[in-house]
Amino acid sequence: MHFTPDDVKKVSELASIPLTQQETETLATGFTQTMKVVDTLSSVGVANVEPTSQVTGLENVFREDEIDTTRMFSQTEALANAKTTHNGYFVVSRVLDQTIDP
Amino acid sequence: MKTNELTLTNTLKLLSEKKISLTDLYGDTFAAIKNLNPTLNIYLSTDTDAEKKARSVQNLPLMGIPVAVKDNFCTKDLPTTASSRVLDGYLSPYESTVTTRLHAAGGVVIGKTNMDAWAHGSSTETSDYGATKNPNNPGFLPGGSSGGSAAAIAANCATIALGSETAGSIRQPSAWCGVVGLKPTYGRVSRYGVIAMGSSLDSPGPIGKTVEDAALLFEHIAGHDPHDATSSPKSVSKFRDAVHRSIKGMKIGVCYGDHPKLKGTPASKAVESAAKLFESLGAKVEFIPLSSELKPHTILTPDFAIAVYTVVQRGEVSSNLARYDGIRYGSDRSKFGAEAKRRIMLGTFTLSKGYSDKYYVKAQQVRSLYIQNFKDLFSDFDILLSPTSPGYALPIGASANSPMFGELEDMLLESSSISGLPGINVPSFYDSKTHLYLGMNIVADYWKEETMIAAAAAFERETPFNRWGKQTV
Repeated sequence: MHFTPDDVKKVSELASIPLTQQETETLATGFTQTMKVVDTLSSVGVANVEPTSQVTGLENVFREDEIDTTRMFSQTEALANAKTTHNGYFVVSRVLDQTIDP
Repeated sequence: MKTNELTLTNTLKLLSEKKISLTDLYGDTFAAIKNLNPTLNIYLSTDTDAEKKARSVQNLPLMGIPVAVKDNFCTKDLPTTASSRVLDGYLSPYESTVTTRLHAAGGVVIGKTNMDAWAHGSSTETSDYGATKNPNNPGFLPGGSSGGSAAAIAANCATIALGSETAGSIRQPSAWCGVVGLKPTYGRVSRYGVIAMGSSLDSPGPIGKTVEDAALLFEHIAGHDPHDATSSPKSVSKFRDAVHRSIKGMKIGVCYGDHPKLKGTPASKAVESAAKLFESLGAKVEFIPLSSELKPHTILTPDFAIAVYTVVQRGEVSSNLARYDGIRYGSDRSKFGAEAKRRIMLGTFTLSKGYSDKYYVKAQQVRSLYIQNFKDLFSDFDILLSPTSPGYALPIGASANSPMFGELEDMLLESSSISGLPGINVPSFYDSKTHLYLGMNIVADYWKEETMIAAAAAFERETPFNRWGKQTV
């Protein structure tokens, strides 16, 4: 598969990764190289082969639905690494469109 | 001999006989760090209270020994950055299960070691804090991603170390630094509190001076953890005891020597010599030919495993690194380095609508073929041998402009990693001109780490390549 800078831009939006024009072009070349290796998989026959997503063979690992107080953070601990907080809350960027009337 | 040059086993022996003290051990270790870290860039942070902490745990089995820990294990007392500017200065509010178990056994985290950022790479050159240099020859790379931990052992800047492996990240830097690295069966050691890379692959494990050292630390960190749903409830053996187990009658398969990239190389010749040695020790050795399809008594070419690993790992990376938005901790996504951007985006692409069947599901199906291949092989063999890396450590700068550097350097480890199998690297050759090492990879069946430990220890005893292998005190 061949990647164009436009393909890269589309993926960068999906992945929320800001890129410069230079990065976009370099990545297009790099992705084309990598996909050349990935495309070798198309020659491997896998008819009736189940995909493997985990190798442990463990099934339905449950725990009791109980609060584990030894693993709880206090509000101060939970907020300790946040760059901006307000009245004990995380501050996030506005995600709703401001132009829509309530 | 300075006390920082001692193996873990000998350090514990001399501490218990009171022939050395924690003051000696911490004095020598921190002197080595002060002397070497400015040029080798092994540690990103060190704990100035380490010696005091050691005194408070000296009655526990590990007696306060100094441990180097890869910077992707969450630790409450030292920053955890995974060598990325996104997590610059991040202080985790909780501790990983592995470091919790390490403390409980009497080990002390003396510092956090450099790595490829987010463990993406096999050189440490993708670290946002500069590359680590190979202590055996600073013009060369230490390998990665656990390059700082392997270098800490090679430079005697810690008695033992912790690393983590997704595909090669413990064994390959151990090979390039001439030390022992043990990658456990997936699920044997808890991933809780280890910054996730490829969640279906990540396996924390020890990096040490000798096989016995690695086996001993492995014993303390292995076992079921209710905080990691993928950790196995299987019971944990006394791995250290396996060091003295005879390998007589062991069935050994030799792999990949006929691959075009390996034929006639020093790495391949070292494994052929090892095979002869094992035969002389009473093992039954057989060469397993390479195949491009699933066939009895052959091993699948590692070429497709590179592709499977690339797709699976980048897919899991794109999902795991989606959480870094700079809101609860860390910086925003503009701070990701080039390699992380590359992996997140390629994973996003292969998982996106219209492409996931073609790439992701297909890769997971080919992954099943590798698992079937190993199941067949382990019905005939106890262990499989191959070089760990196709060659010696590469010069500083080698990973630049290669979007597949890690995948190609780890091509001999990916098949077993995507299958979740355990493996161990032992030094298999030393080049006295360059001071660089080759490593041999010994892979065992699921949960049979003891078998590979026995073989690795026998090899270490019978060969001169491990510089601590015959240390007597």
